[in-house]
This record gives sequence, C-alpha cells and structure tokens, in this order.
Amino acid sequence: MRSAGSRHVLPAQTDFNFNVTDKQMSNSAPVKISAKDVKVFYGDNQALHGISMDVYQNEVISFIGPSGCGKSTFLRCMNRMNDTIEHCRVTGSILLDGRDIHEPALDVVQLRAQVGMVFQKPNPFPKSIYENIAYGPKLHGLAERKADLDDIVESSLRRAGLWNEVKDRLDQPGTGLSGGQQQRLCIARSIAVSPEVILMDEPCSALDPIATSIIEELIDELKQNFTIVIVTHNMQQAARVSDRTAFFHLGNLIEIGNTNDLFTNPQQKRTEDYITGRYG
Amino acid sequence: MTIIAENPIKTVVHPSLVQQKVVASLSRRHRKEKLFRRTGLLAVLISLALVAVLFINIFSKGMPAFWQSAITLDIYFDPKIIKIPEKPQQQADESENDFRQRYLAWQTEVGFVNFNRLITDSLQKILPDATKHRRDLARVVTSGERFALRDMVVADPAIIGQTRTLHLLTDANIDVWLKGNIDRSLPDEQQQLSPKMRQWVDQLAADGVIQNRFSLALFMNPDSRSSLASAGLAGAFMGSFYMMLVVILLAVPMGVAAAIYLEEFAPRNKITDLVEVNINNLAAVPSIVFGLLGASVLIGWFNLPMSAPIVGGLVLSLMTLPTVIIATRSTLKAIPPSIRQAALGLGASKMQAIFHHVLPLAIPGILTGAILGVAQALGETAPLLLIGMKSFVASIPASPFEQASALPVQIYLWQGNELRNFFEARTSAAIIVLLMMMISLNGLAIWLRKKYEKRW
Repeated sequence: MRSAGSRHVLPAQTDFNFNVTDKQMSNSAPVKISAKDVKVFYGDNQALHGISMDVYQNEVISFIGPSGCGKSTFLRCMNRMNDTIEHCRVTGSILLDGRDIHEPALDVVQLRAQVGMVFQKPNPFPKSIYENIAYGPKLHGLAERKADLDDIVESSLRRAGLWNEVKDRLDQPGTGLSGGQQQRLCIARSIAVSPEVILMDEPCSALDPIATSIIEELIDELKQNFTIVIVTHNMQQAARVSDRTAFFHLGNLIEIGNTNDLFTNPQQKRTEDYITGRYG
Repeated sequence: MTIIAENPIKTVVHPSLVQQKVVASLSRRHRKEKLFRRTGLLAVLISLALVAVLFINIFSKGMPAFWQSAITLDIYFDPKIIKIPEKPQQQADESENDFRQRYLAWQTEVGFVNFNRLITDSLQKILPDATKHRRDLARVVTSGERFALRDMVVADPAIIGQTRTLHLLTDANIDVWLKGNIDRSLPDEQQQLSPKMRQWVDQLAADGVIQNRFSLALFMNPDSRSSLASAGLAGAFMGSFYMMLVVILLAVPMGVAAAIYLEEFAPRNKITDLVEVNINNLAAVPSIVFGLLGASVLIGWFNLPMSAPIVGGLVLSLMTLPTVIIATRSTLKAIPPSIRQAALGLGASKMQAIFHHVLPLAIPGILTGAILGVAQALGETAPLLLIGMKSFVASIPASPFEQASALPVQIYLWQGNELRNFFEARTSAAIIVLLMMMISLNGLAIWLRKKYEKRW
C-alpha cells in the first residue's frame, strides 16, 4: 500500500494525444484512487481512450463534459459497476489505496462497500426508510444488535441531513418521499456502509434548484469524511462544489486541474470552448 | 441564427391558406376517429354479448342439475332381511392381518344382503298396488342407493331393527320425467318409464314424497354407469386436484427457477439462445402432442400407471412449464434496473440483489403467471385422453397413483352419455363447477397481485 503521506507526482507530459496537465493540489493529500491508461470498450465500440488521473483523499472532484464523453463510464469503472454491463471490457489499472481493484483476490463486494455510489435518478428500494438505510449494514454484518443498527440508521440520516424530516416516519416507504429527499435517502444509504469514496453520477439532474442546493451543501459537509467523485452536467455546480475538475471529451480526458483555474484559465482550447458554451 | 438564415422554411401552401386547410382536414380526422372508436366499442359489445349468451346457456341448463328428485322413505332395517353375524372386533391376541381377514369376510357377508328389499318393502307401504308391479317397484329408487344403506349398516350395525327416514335418489328417468325433460305426450313405447311408473311418480310428487332436493351426490359420488342418478364429480374433481398439486409442486418452482437463471445468470450465447427459442416453441406445441409423449415415455418406458393423476400431472407440468417461464421472465425484465444497481452499488452480490430486491417486486407477476398457467392446465383435456384418463372410473382416487378421471374429461364423457335428457343438465353442472374453479383461481391471482403489488 502506498504510504498515506507520500507525494504522488503526475507525469506532466503523457503519451496520449493530448497534454493533460494536472496541477498539484496545494495541500499534500494522499492519493486515494489512481487510474492509469483506463480504456473501456462496449463490444467493438471504444468509449474511453486511455484515461489516467489521480483522485486525492477527502477532495471533491467533478467530471464535466458533453453527453457521451465517457465521464459516467469512467466513474462506473471506479467501483466496477461496468462489470454488470454485458460486452463491456475495461483495460488499464485502477488503484484504490495502491491496490488494483481488478486483482482477483479483491472481491467486488468488498470494493463496492469501500466505494459507494449514488445514481442519477433517486432509486430507493420500495421498502421502508429504515430498511433502505439498514440494508447495507445488514448485508455486510456491520451491526450485531438492533440498537447498533438503529444507531447507524440515525447517524446516516443525520449526516445526510434527512433525520429531522423523516424521524417520525421511518417505517414508511422511502418511495413516498420527494425527489430531493429520496436522493438524500440514497446518499444516507451509501454512507451507512461507511465507504471511503462516494461516486455520484449526476445526483441532481432530476431535482429542482432548492433540492439541488441542499445536496450541494451536503456534499460540502461530506467531504470531511469521504472522497467524493461527482459527474455533473451543470458547470456552475462543478464550480460550486468541487476542489478539482476534470473535463472529458469524446472519451478522452482533456484537462484536469483546480476548479478555479480550470474555469478561469483553461489550458486547452476545447475546455475553453465548452465552458464558455460554444458547444456541448 | 445562421442556421435559420441558410434554410428558409419552404412551404407549398401559402401561409394565408394554412388555417383553411387545417380546418378542412379536421372534420375528416374527427370522422375517422369516431369510426375507429365505434368499431372498437362494437367489438367489445359483441364479445361481451357472446360471453353472456354462453353463461346464460350453461347456467340455465346446469343449475337445475344441482337439485335432483329424491324420495323420502321410512326404511326399516329389517333383521329378517339383514341376517349377518356380529361385527368383528380386534381381539387382544389377534394379529392385525388376521383381524383384517376376519373383517373382510364379514364385509362380504354384508354384501350378500339384499338391501333392495328394504327399499321395496318401504315402498309397498305407500303404494297399495305395488305387489302387482314388482319390476317397476325395484326401479323407483336408483340402484346405487342400496350401497348407501349397506354402508350405513357397516358403519353402525346397531341400526338393524330400527327405522330411519331417508331421502333416497330416484331413478334418473324419474328425474327427467318430473323436470319435464321428456315430452309427456309421447306414446308409451317411446317413454322411458312404464305407464304405471309415471302414474306413481306423479302421485308421489303431488303428495310431496318425491321432492327436488339439493344433490349432494353430484359432489360426493364418483361417476357411475349402473346408477346414473348417483353419478357425481368427486372422482374427476379429486383427479384434477391431484394433477394440479403435481403441476403446482413441479412446474411452478421449476419454471420460476429456470426463468430466474435464464434471465439473470445465464450468459448470452448460442446455447442460451437455442434454449430460449425452444421454450417459446414449446409453448406453441399442440397439447395433444404432450399426451403422446406421456403415453409413450411416462407409461411406456417408465411404467407409470395408466389413467393416473401422477402421469396427467407430469404431462400438464410439461405443458405449463413454458407458460410459467415466459411469464416469469417478462416480469423480471420489467423490474427497473435501477433497483438492481442500487443493491449492487451497496455491495450486494448478484444473487443477493435478485433475491432481496428483484424477486419481491416480481412476485405478483410471477404468481399471476403461475396461477394462469395452472388454470390453463386445469382446463386441458386433449393430452389426458391419450394417457387413459378418459376411461370410466367409478372410484374416488385416494392418491395420485390410482386411476382417476379429470373434470374436463368428465364433461367430455357425460356429454357423450346415451341418456341425453338427464346428462345434458349434469354436463352443464360439471361445466359450472369447472368454471367456478377457474374463476376462483383467477380471482386468487388478482388478489395476490393486489396484495403484493408495490409502487416504486
């Protein structure tokens, strides 16, 4: 395992078609996820053309880019959700805390307990709010007694900022909540198994602006305990919530850097075109 | 902006005429829509009317069969006629086998008793001129009732010497006569009853001795050819019941398991494609072919008993399997993938995701498919004809390995009975019973679907 405090320096120049510049974060956060030359194929169709990047611990990194640019595909590589898609092939290496997530000794179940995921459309189970949160901990045997489980449910809901709204109706179906509450329920559900990384695939695209801003605040708080990777179509959102931003286009990583720098001073022409709204 | 400038809208119709054209086409569109709606409504009404005609026809014919002519007689269990030794009791030092032999010998003894005499003696008391018409006298009560009297004696020999008031089924022809199912103006040689008998029956009916009573025989007795009035559905019903049991225990779990495997776990390749195509083909195979298979393989090779519900159940299971598989698969397909992803994303294994989340949501659909498959099997006749289930069976099967008939086959058999004017109503009554079972199965499917249905 890579030692927690080591400085990981990205190659300034890569052997791909594009120069990928990655400004070192000002602090010396350890690398959480390190992807090298990740390529994804759907049958004969190549969706990702070799992506390399590092995700640092306790940062919020957002992926932006036009539809079909591969940002969601890359996100799904990080907890091997692409395994569930037929004819989908992933090459290259992704290291989580220095360990290859594709190595046979690592069970995908273990990986997904470590790397949680929140989906585009809120997808609570059609069960009670309590059951929704308790499912993951029960699955992994995290609570031995009912009281422990109650604690996990309460603390997860509190951290997702949902506790006060649902504490009196934990036995009611999670599907009966509003869209924004459902999405926070899904976030609470993924927090409940204490992951280290949370992947969010356009978590606010189905929500109204108020629900969106609540989730954005939540992301800001969660960052203290989790590493968050978020895919978004909304550039303002990326600017608001993330420390760093990566711009994808046509299956390539065009540019990655501190969010402020990327939006104010993009290095690549295409990044500039995209963030100024010339296409996308 | 540039795009619009480069491609001005080209229209054939001058803008000022557009509204006019639209208005002109409106009435034609409305007419077409009206026509389509009316055609659809008409189709629905016609099919409803046909169903109504069918139901009215069956019910008007079948309902009278649930009530049957019965004669009320004071039967004296005459010790002079019933001369039998004491009913054997098992002795302390007697083995089970010895006792059974002794008991069987006693039963044979009881079987030699002329129970008909009890009935004719009783009839003689209410029919003064009976002695002159002994032949007719013996035909008033249907021949099967003497076994009912015998069974009463076997059950409790203490009855000998006592008088009991009993309702005994009359002969089928008396029932026909009283219900008006035969033309009363027909000449004597075309009547089913002798002139004396007709006179007796009318008189007894007028006196209230012969009455229409709810027919327990229809439900409690097996089929009968010697005593037509006591022919019942119990044998066929139990045959169908055992077959449904086999189908439910075999086809439903196998079908659901196969569907889950094929839909969720099996790799998509040539072999699974082939399996899928064949399952769909199997659903389209004529049911009589399954009967041939049952006759040649199950009876021919595996030496399973003929006419047994176990064979019928196996054949019907084969026939139902594709229905269950197809219904289950389409239900599983309809479960939103987001539920699976949610579970997988939390670290559930594939099997956990399916068993914890997908299956509970699929249960209403699976149950509906399974019950409809079972209902289809319940009504199936053709394959059963080929495995010997259309033979006449005069006993109620006690296990799936004994000979039996089935409800739809019983309908087929009764429909072909020579005593048309008695069995037409009986056939319709059997159809009503079968339809009621179907309706309750469908009702169960709807209830289960409503009960387990969840919104997401």
